[in-house]
Amino acid sequence: MPDFLLEIGCEEIPARMIDAAAQDLWARTAAVLQQNKLAPETRDGIYGTHYSTPRRLAVLFPDVRDTQQDMHETMVGPSAAIAYKDGQPTPAAHAFAKKAGIDVSRLERVTTAKGEYLSAKVTKKGRSASEVLAELLPKEINSLYWPKNMYWRKPGEVFVRPVRWLVALLDAEVIPLEFDGIRAGSQSRGHRILAPSAIQIPSAGSSYVDALRAAKVLSRGEREQQIRKALDAATRTLPGARWREDKNLLDTVVNLTEWPSAILGAFDHEFLQLPEEVLVTVMRDHQKYFAVEDGAGKLLPHFLAVLNTDGDPQGIIRHGHDRVLRARFNDARFFWQTDQKHPLRERVQWLKHVTFQKDLGSYYEKTLRVQRLCSWLCEIIRQSGMTIRPGVVHKAAYLAKTDLTTELVKEFTELQGVVGGLYARVQELDSEIPDATRQLIAQAVYDQYKPESMEDSVPQTPGGAVLSIADKADTIAGMFALGLQPTGSKDPFALRRQANGIVRTIAEHKLPLNLSDLFRDARETYRGSEAERKFSKEIDYAGAVREFFRERLEFYLRDALGFKYDVIKAVLASGSDDVVDVVARAAAVKSVLHMPEFQAIAAACKRMRNILKQAEEKGIEPAAKLEDLPASSPEEKDLAAYLDLNAPKVETNRQKREYADALRLLSTVRDQVDAFFDKVMVMVEDERIRANRLALLQTLLREFSTIADFSEIVTGS
Amino acid sequence: MLNPRVAEQALNPSKPNSLTFQELILRLQTFWAERGCVLQQPYDVEVGAGTMAPETFLRVLGPHSYKVAYVQPSRRPADGRYGENPNRLYKHTQLQVVLKPPPENVQELYLESLAAIGIDLRQHDIKFEEDNWEAPTLSAWGVGWQVMLDGLEVTQFTYFQQCGGVDLDPISAELTYGLERITAFLQDVDSIYDIVWSRDPENGKATTYGDVRLADEQQFSVYNFELADVEKAWKHFDLCEAECKTLLERYSEQIKDKKSGDGVARDKKRFPILAAYDLCLKCSHLFNILDARGAISVTERVGVIARVRALAVGIARAYVDQQRSYAAAA
Repeated sequence: MPDFLLEIGCEEIPARMIDAAAQDLWARTAAVLQQNKLAPETRDGIYGTHYSTPRRLAVLFPDVRDTQQDMHETMVGPSAAIAYKDGQPTPAAHAFAKKAGIDVSRLERVTTAKGEYLSAKVTKKGRSASEVLAELLPKEINSLYWPKNMYWRKPGEVFVRPVRWLVALLDAEVIPLEFDGIRAGSQSRGHRILAPSAIQIPSAGSSYVDALRAAKVLSRGEREQQIRKALDAATRTLPGARWREDKNLLDTVVNLTEWPSAILGAFDHEFLQLPEEVLVTVMRDHQKYFAVEDGAGKLLPHFLAVLNTDGDPQGIIRHGHDRVLRARFNDARFFWQTDQKHPLRERVQWLKHVTFQKDLGSYYEKTLRVQRLCSWLCEIIRQSGMTIRPGVVHKAAYLAKTDLTTELVKEFTELQGVVGGLYARVQELDSEIPDATRQLIAQAVYDQYKPESMEDSVPQTPGGAVLSIADKADTIAGMFALGLQPTGSKDPFALRRQANGIVRTIAEHKLPLNLSDLFRDARETYRGSEAERKFSKEIDYAGAVREFFRERLEFYLRDALGFKYDVIKAVLASGSDDVVDVVARAAAVKSVLHMPEFQAIAAACKRMRNILKQAEEKGIEPAAKLEDLPASSPEEKDLAAYLDLNAPKVETNRQKREYADALRLLSTVRDQVDAFFDKVMVMVEDERIRANRLALLQTLLREFSTIADFSEIVTGS
Repeated sequence: MLNPRVAEQALNPSKPNSLTFQELILRLQTFWAERGCVLQQPYDVEVGAGTMAPETFLRVLGPHSYKVAYVQPSRRPADGRYGENPNRLYKHTQLQVVLKPPPENVQELYLESLAAIGIDLRQHDIKFEEDNWEAPTLSAWGVGWQVMLDGLEVTQFTYFQQCGGVDLDPISAELTYGLERITAFLQDVDSIYDIVWSRDPENGKATTYGDVRLADEQQFSVYNFELADVEKAWKHFDLCEAECKTLLERYSEQIKDKKSGDGVARDKKRFPILAAYDLCLKCSHLFNILDARGAISVTERVGVIARVRALAVGIARAYVDQQRSYAAAA
């Protein structure tokens, strides 16, 4: 059975897209092989490999069938009653025979539940792999997912960048496929500069990788290894130094090169006076350089650049990189110095000229709203007994957005917040403010956009946390009120990420903030503003925000904290407004779930819920108050007595948020519950007894449900 | 450990024979002329980028093949730095190449053009890094790369997809060379103002970029940031916009006119869409001055961009329509 190779040769694919696209091409091709019975039967889902560089996406599948097996199938036609009249085939029978491609005389009959029908045994001749792949793969190539694609020949034929060659082989035989006017062949290309002539791929299989290596092209894994080695080797020339590991940057340079090497460059010591954040951003984000540090983690005046060539013997390339970085750092220093001419406090007024969002007004207006919201949040936090300094938060909120007017942020937008924090640290904010307080204000400004991703940390200080929450809540509130909430893949203001940030910050700082109150207050700050007139009249603001945050909470509990889906559902069913409480309840439920009692109780909760639901549907109401009836069964009395005794203790645990204790106490009810369900019939004729028993179940279910809806828990077999 | 500066000097290959600014332009122009490009002259209305010159903005529209190269001084008032920043200019110089449709070997042609200005690619590191281009005021966008030479962005390489809100068929490839940067790289100077613009063959005397252009940078920074008369600039803007709109309205009236005949067709072909576009460019430049002057408020800004875009989109549509009548006449 032949090996199969498909290589799409392309002008440079954006580095950020390569890995996902290679995976996508592999999955699509594997599906085509599987669905068309071309994959060998011995293989399971994990089959074949992909290979990618900036100029190519390739997939390799060993042992493909060269021809599909013939397929035998039975077609079912019209009913026998219609197909034959007086023993003779009618036009319906002839039409069916024609469709099946056999003679009328060879039609058979099958008996189904609906009666007797005509049937035909047909054999579908298996097609050659070459034919099937030539037909189906172009469609798959055209429908690969790209975050942004283009056309270059005619609209409708799309890819990420122009496709320039195709290699499609079954062993050494070319598959006659065509995409966007390119016919597949057996010629590929090597490294653009190091091996400029076309190369012949002798056959699918390992010779592909060998042919590319000879033409100075390495696989993704080999490139990563080679880069790490080159970075290590270049760093070794500086005693005690090491390069700063950076996974994203490494992925980027791996996907920017086909034959990588590295050089160690240097910059003037004087630049180390600029903040490290600025230096690292320039190196990493703008130049794709790795930073170099000493044993103590302090930045050294060196950098590492990854090249897409085999070396720099004369130091020409290094000289170029040094020169570019010098210019970039000079710019940064120039911007830093220029910015100091106007301190942050002067820039607050300038924010009147900076648009936040076209309908929500300027950053100046946002600043005032966020300040008010911060004050309210600080008050709530203070009342709960936590320590917070409203003055610090208030001042930080006032200065938070001023760095948007600085030259440094205009140049390095990813440093917004950070630059404000750095400037606040060195500038006199107000002659009254002592230095320690100024550092706190600076830290809050510095942290205001945190956390920017799942991996990023939340703001360091409670003040920073409040500012970060208020800023994000203001944006989300405004956008939702305008009716611009995220839909599907559309989330241009990254509202989901911001909401994730709010949830995580509240949880990690254990802040006593209810989401519904937070968003009512955030909406309140818009009252009477110009923006409010643009707000949508149709939207159910509170409902939309609640639904949105429920999803964000689910995401946080599942992806950040690792809770199972049923625990999350059970916990959120008992309330999703208080983040800290939700997390505490989820942890408690998780801690008791392994106990056999809880598996039983989960089952009992489902049963209680069903009984109560059925009663409700029949219009039967539980008693308003539990009674001790003479006709009550002993099991019933036991359960009632148990509840009487333990409910107050459970309540005390709950008040203190000792949910695991509460649940453990509740779990001891298992025997009484089991006995009750064993011996007692709930839906009896006697109305009083029935109502009383329903009330008992309702009370018990409520005890559990304030922590989690245990009927949502998936019980073991 | 080596002192970095000493190490640098040791490695610094002296570049006595590197090209002057004007030689660089001549070499690139010759290169592209030899590959079939029309050599155009810089457009004589202020533009913010070579793309805005009609040789790009209008020529990429419609079905006709075209290859053109031209140097275009591009003015960005807000980028001025009073001549004090060694890397930033109010007016920089681009070499713009538009290839419609792009030949299959367009990347290779581009790399050959680098060889033509003395860059031995075997001794350098070249990368094509994703960089997509979008111009909201022109309702235009494309995808492509910034071409990085030893870590320096030397060229913007864009496949145009849409221009003036019109989907392009065929598309065009646009190469925009940053001439000051490339020359500074070749001459190994740290300040744009130190670039040798020309050298007198008689006595070897060098004229620098600073000699030629520093005064422009200083004076126009003062004008754009401090002295431009905001009220008058608004008036100019309104006047240019009004006239442009009137022209576009008259053109649509002519389209609606059902009477066909040689006279109508001739009037349509002679209709001054090109003049309407000049007025649109003036609006764009006035907007940039007002913006640099800090005279455009939050509420106005989005609106003013939309006004310029409306003109550009109207012109693009009219231009495409006008091209059809040329084709019909042919």
